[in-house]
Amino acid sequence: MPDTMTSTADSYKYGFVTAVEADTIQKGLNEDVIRLISSKKQEPPFLLEFRLKAYRWWLEQVEPRWAHVTFPPIDYQAIRYFSAPKPAKPKLGSLSEVDPEVLATFERLGIPLGEQKRLSGVAVDAVFDSVSVGTTHKEVLAKHGIVFCSFSEAAREHPALVESYLGSVVPFNDNYFAALNSAVFTDGSFVFIPKGVKCPMDLSTYFRINAAETGQFERTLIIAEEGASVSYVEGCTAPMRDENQLHAAVVELIALDDATVKYSTVQNWYPGDQDGKGGIYNFVTKRGRCAGRNSKISWTQVEAGAAITWKYPSVILKGDNSVGEFYSVALTNHCMQADTGTKMIHLGRNTRSTIVSKGIACERSRNSYRGLVRITPGAEGARNYSQCDSMLVGDACEANTFPYIEVGNNTAVVEHEATTSKISAEQLFYLQSRGLDKEAAVSLLVNGFCKDVFKTLPLEFSVEAVRLLEMKLESSVG
Amino acid sequence: MLTIKNLHARVVEGTPILKGISLEVKAGEVHAIMGPNGSGKSTLARIIAGHPDYQVTDGTIEYEVNRRRQNLLDLEPHERACAGIFLAFQYPVDVPGVSNAVFLRASFNAVCRYQGLPELDPLDFDDLLKEKLAMLDMNPAYVDRPVNVDFSGGEKKRNEILQMAILNPRLAVLDETDSGLDVDSLKLVAEGVNRLRTPTNATLMITHYERLLKYIRPDVVHVLDAGRIVRTGDYSLAEEVERRGYDWLQGAGAA
Ligand SMILES: Nc1ncnc2c1ncn2[C@@H]1O[C@H](COP(=O)(O)OP(=O)(O)OP(=O)(O)O)[C@@H](O)[C@H]1O
Ligand SMILES: [Mg+2]
Repeated sequence: MPDTMTSTADSYKYGFVTAVEADTIQKGLNEDVIRLISSKKQEPPFLLEFRLKAYRWWLEQVEPRWAHVTFPPIDYQAIRYFSAPKPAKPKLGSLSEVDPEVLATFERLGIPLGEQKRLSGVAVDAVFDSVSVGTTHKEVLAKHGIVFCSFSEAAREHPALVESYLGSVVPFNDNYFAALNSAVFTDGSFVFIPKGVKCPMDLSTYFRINAAETGQFERTLIIAEEGASVSYVEGCTAPMRDENQLHAAVVELIALDDATVKYSTVQNWYPGDQDGKGGIYNFVTKRGRCAGRNSKISWTQVEAGAAITWKYPSVILKGDNSVGEFYSVALTNHCMQADTGTKMIHLGRNTRSTIVSKGIACERSRNSYRGLVRITPGAEGARNYSQCDSMLVGDACEANTFPYIEVGNNTAVVEHEATTSKISAEQLFYLQSRGLDKEAAVSLLVNGFCKDVFKTLPLEFSVEAVRLLEMKLESSVG
Repeated sequence: MLTIKNLHARVVEGTPILKGISLEVKAGEVHAIMGPNGSGKSTLARIIAGHPDYQVTDGTIEYEVNRRRQNLLDLEPHERACAGIFLAFQYPVDVPGVSNAVFLRASFNAVCRYQGLPELDPLDFDDLLKEKLAMLDMNPAYVDRPVNVDFSGGEKKRNEILQMAILNPRLAVLDETDSGLDVDSLKLVAEGVNRLRTPTNATLMITHYERLLKYIRPDVVHVLDAGRIVRTGDYSLAEEVERRGYDWLQGAGAA
């Protein structure tokens, strides 16, 4: 093959570092560090208890290695567990008190937070390293009884809600990284949509890692009460560094009777350089509980960054007639490794789930879909449809599909389809010979491959996702 | 319009395939290229379109439209397409996930942009598409299907002609577009090509069969063998090939 399939230098345009004065703590992890984090955040006592319980459990576990990824042992004592930009004035909370450098950073990332410039149809919570630096549109949302704020603020202002739902979907001892997160999480977003309220705008969180040698452990909790609905979007980036950085998040979603939660992610963490040096380890536990009848939880993810992704946004279909969805595009290039998929656990009657996964593997990367569909004996009439497609760009990459299907009720209908295809030089030439330049040709091919997933994203994010994939692929297709 | 001089080409860092081809196609002309399997016909067509598998080691290809002469080898494949060159593939490529309609409009508008012409919005483009579909007697249902995926051999070939009709090229290179077509399709394709036959356009037709040439009368016929043009003549050369095969021409060498 000619040089069309070799890569050129990748440009990660979010790779800059912001010089800010930061409040950081010593590296390393022990109970004192956890107490320190908890006290910095002025948390209620139940939270410190939750953290310590998780930490003690975590200490006795070993790092899981079943995912189809390889990485050297992580030294948890070499990580800093808290780093926050120092406010211009002593207390964070209002944008005028945020270090202007931090605001400029978000502006550069395309997330202006200031009153005049902010995105009109979307409320944003901006998280910089370990803290939320600001949340927009709060007042408007409050009129509807909606709470949208940083997790830390929620713990102080709405402790009862936090206490009753925290860990209810992902228990502190769910898995190694969830336990670590439960012990040391620093910030994230909290959303509460009261009964009968349809959230009038998209809510979103933008996570930015800035400080070196620091892990980001965010925690997000979204609760939609009876008949409520919300669409939530998260995005993220980090500077380019030669060392790996750990991002271990936990997201819990709860949907009560007739409620709908739609959660979309456009993940663009720094993936390391072409030879696999540096990059973010993205070890994330995301799970939703369709607790009520006719409730619906829908995950859409576009995973285009991170050195390693280990992530299975899942749905527990508890309520009768509840619906779970997982739409995923995972793109890996250079030496990236992704092991991602979902779990659909059918408990209630007539529960339905849909899985659409599109993996795109380029260069020497490794891209695996791993998914579980479990129909428990009580799940009369449950249905699942799974479609898992892989696209290979080049010859040195790897795409795998690991579907696990457990059917405990013979009224269930489970369908699984999988395909593997390849972007060939011949396809590109064909499109080029019809007047499309290489970028346009690749974009047409990839959009075609991913369109079933992209169409589930809110419009402006689907445009963003398309652009992100085009940019990544440009460097991989030559 | 197209002037090829002493063209030598090989597979990138591989064996030589074309060994000194010279050819001139003038505006308004139709040339046919015949020749045994493996003689280099498709290679010539693909090099004209800019396929990256091949390397030109000697010779030139010039392309002239509107009194503007360009070294074709300097242009990227998409630039050649935008400048009015169209290759109908011997083996059209599947493009899963992309519907014919989306593909055709993207392609049409890319060419318009390049030529500084206004793009067509989806509705106007739809009208254009309907008109061309009717002309080729093609089922409109094709346009919503992914490009070439699960198309029959003949449908793929017709789909190439549909693309050609939409893009309205100056120089059409048809690589065995007649192979695999039934008689009715052949007539339709020939009509499509003949319609494009204007004093300012030209066609280079690669074929094994004289039957196509019955419908599209070429001005010039070339026979290619082992990477060289071994004979050039008029329509009667095609008839002779049909009768006698290629044996008598082989080893004749370049004239
Ligand atoms: N990309 C390539 N890599 C290796 N060999 C090639 C390549 N392209 C063409 N060839 C070789 O060059 C020679 C000419 O091939 P070409 O496809 O041009 O023949 P053709 O005249 O079109 O034949 P046919 O009538 O069978 O279509 C053949 O021997 C073929 O195997
Ligand atoms: Mg051929």
